[in-house]
Amino acid sequence: MKLLIKNARLVDGSGELGNADVLVEDGRIASLAGGDAERVLDAGGRWLAPALTDPHVHLRTPGQETKEDLATGLAAAARGGYGTVVAMPNTQPVVQEPEQVRALLDEARSIPGARLMVAAALTENQEGKKLTPAALLARAGAALLTDDGRTNEDAGVLARGLVYAAAAGLAVAVHAEDAGLRGGGVMNDGPLAAELGLAGNPPEAEAARIARDLEVLRYAARKAAALGHAPRLYVQHVSTARGAALVAAARAEGLPVVGEVTPHHLTLTEEAWRGFDARFKVAPPLRTAGDVEALIGALERGELSAIGTDHAPHTAAEKERDLENAPFGIPALELAFPLLYTELVERRGLPLPLLIERMTTGPRTALGLAPARLAEGAPADLMLFDPAEKRTVDPERFVSKARYSPWTGRELVGWPRLTLVAGREAWRDAGLA
Amino acid sequence: MGALAHLLDFAGWDRARVESLLETARMMEEVLERPMKKVPALKGFTVATVFFEPSTRTKISFELAARRMSADVVGFSGAGSSLAKGESFKDTLLTLQAMALDAYVIRAPVAGMAHQAARWLKGAVVNAGDGRRAHPTQALLDAYTLLEELESLEGKKIAIVGDVAHSRVARSNAELLPLLGAEVWAAGPVGLLPERLPGARLTTDLDEALSGADAVMVLRLQRERMDEGALPSLREYVAEYQVTRQRLDRAKPGAPLLHPGPMNRDVELEGALADGPRSRVERQVRAGEAVRMAVLYHLLVGRAA
Repeated sequence: MKLLIKNARLVDGSGELGNADVLVEDGRIASLAGGDAERVLDAGGRWLAPALTDPHVHLRTPGQETKEDLATGLAAAARGGYGTVVAMPNTQPVVQEPEQVRALLDEARSIPGARLMVAAALTENQEGKKLTPAALLARAGAALLTDDGRTNEDAGVLARGLVYAAAAGLAVAVHAEDAGLRGGGVMNDGPLAAELGLAGNPPEAEAARIARDLEVLRYAARKAAALGHAPRLYVQHVSTARGAALVAAARAEGLPVVGEVTPHHLTLTEEAWRGFDARFKVAPPLRTAGDVEALIGALERGELSAIGTDHAPHTAAEKERDLENAPFGIPALELAFPLLYTELVERRGLPLPLLIERMTTGPRTALGLAPARLAEGAPADLMLFDPAEKRTVDPERFVSKARYSPWTGRELVGWPRLTLVAGREAWRDAGLA
Repeated sequence: MGALAHLLDFAGWDRARVESLLETARMMEEVLERPMKKVPALKGFTVATVFFEPSTRTKISFELAARRMSADVVGFSGAGSSLAKGESFKDTLLTLQAMALDAYVIRAPVAGMAHQAARWLKGAVVNAGDGRRAHPTQALLDAYTLLEELESLEGKKIAIVGDVAHSRVARSNAELLPLLGAEVWAAGPVGLLPERLPGARLTTDLDEALSGADAVMVLRLQRERMDEGALPSLREYVAEYQVTRQRLDRAKPGAPLLHPGPMNRDVELEGALADGPRSRVERQVRAGEAVRMAVLYHLLVGRAA
């Protein structure tokens, strides 16, 4: 069936592209100059952008479906304007066999939300000791290898993992925190943690580990280069000024590293802890206003080139435990775009194409996927959003099972109204005719 | 200031509120001196002591305080381990709330639990110690004891010695005593001092802290600090930071000695000092009862009025 999206304002990571009537046919953009269609949708001058790609979500399947499942997670993603998400493997059991990857991809095909991509563990049970079969996992469709949720303590294992992943064509993502320095920290270490009497996780724990991992990458790159392979390191959720600076310096030097930043680290600070509320408990922790400024700068300059939500749903009851026992994680799939549109584009004047780029082509390049562009022949992975209509964040309306939010009550604009995945309607706001 | 809804810490407190509460405590202590140690002030109110962390002394002190004012008292004790296993402390609190209670005296192992409880409960919450965060009634009883000794805390130097980083007593005293004009010093080894302690000056130099002090408060040293690596050597601690008679000579003559208890004799302080003429440890316990009566009275009667 052909679909015509009339009167849309086009934007992608390359810039604002003017108004157009977009014809979608056979899962692709057939034309930007209109055409006949069975179905016509009036965008009313709203923005039409490539659907977003989230390289970092926890869909808790298999094993922890009380927190989230594929249906709710992929529906939440589609509502948030995401066409593609990469699910982390720290499930129960851990995703580390090719059969598990295939099974998840199969199951997701019948679910009408965003497209699922699956990350598999880099090491068995994510213990950081014995590598998983990178080539078999890649052949089964794994998009990325990572022990996310755990930290890779053995640098030698990580180096070999980067080489094997490179040979299989995959990037390796790391949760870069030094376990010893992090200790039992629940919030950012510093004067505020001391004042509140809570155990701190220092910014240096992240910087120390990123610095180490960059040296590991340098070593792995040297080893693999002789055989024609290029390891790629993806540093998840960079949260500190120092961590961002390390990634920037390595990139300037030509090391194949990509740094990710999350919506929460771009918009929240440790000050939220004054309310003693585990909704703000996340690893790495929320940092200082100075870190937020540095992260936004690094995002603008492309030193951090990918935005990933690290959507980490837990049950409301788990998040109401005490601050030591409550689990780490913030759910953000349904809010990430309006939140960042409001905070960065509306409030701070960040160019819209730049935000789109960091939420589409930035992560896609890191994953080895094609850039997201609005062009004839490109996949019809599209997202329509409304820059004007204000809505208040109300977690009761989430389709994610995690119905709480650090941003409850915030008034945001930029809410997605329509998400297409290969031309299929993955989400349409009831208000959109 | 408005009526006191909860006692979680001293955020938002001013001197007038502290003085008014301590004045009530003095009236309450008169009750404790009577042959019939009971008044009907809280008749009809029910107070729950909810202890997610064991503490016999604080629990007894609060329960007696409530009973002296004719409140009904119920007690709940849950081990910290049940929380670690995922049992919800919120559910525990909501169950208690369904029993029509008026005040909840909460002791908890983690900072912030009293604040969380206050968000969920309709009744008044009294923080009886939450992790490292706060122990406001301890600080109030310390202030009460100090005022009795020194008459005024204006310009007085109060030295707090020991494991300051992990101490809710130190945090609450550093918040409270400056409201009464005191100058608070906190001394300890580098691994047991926090990065910041609002209201206090921090030093690793014990002699500097004790020098000219008007009163000295010694904190309990928990042996688990050694296991955590925060303190490398107990022997070194004792050699460098134990409050001894000799070191106490740097303080003002007769400066009172306080300890929140329970005490490790010959660890954080020279054992004999605890029984010596400067020790106000028993006075603190008695003051604790009066102060807790005052707190419950202000919260329950102040709120009802």
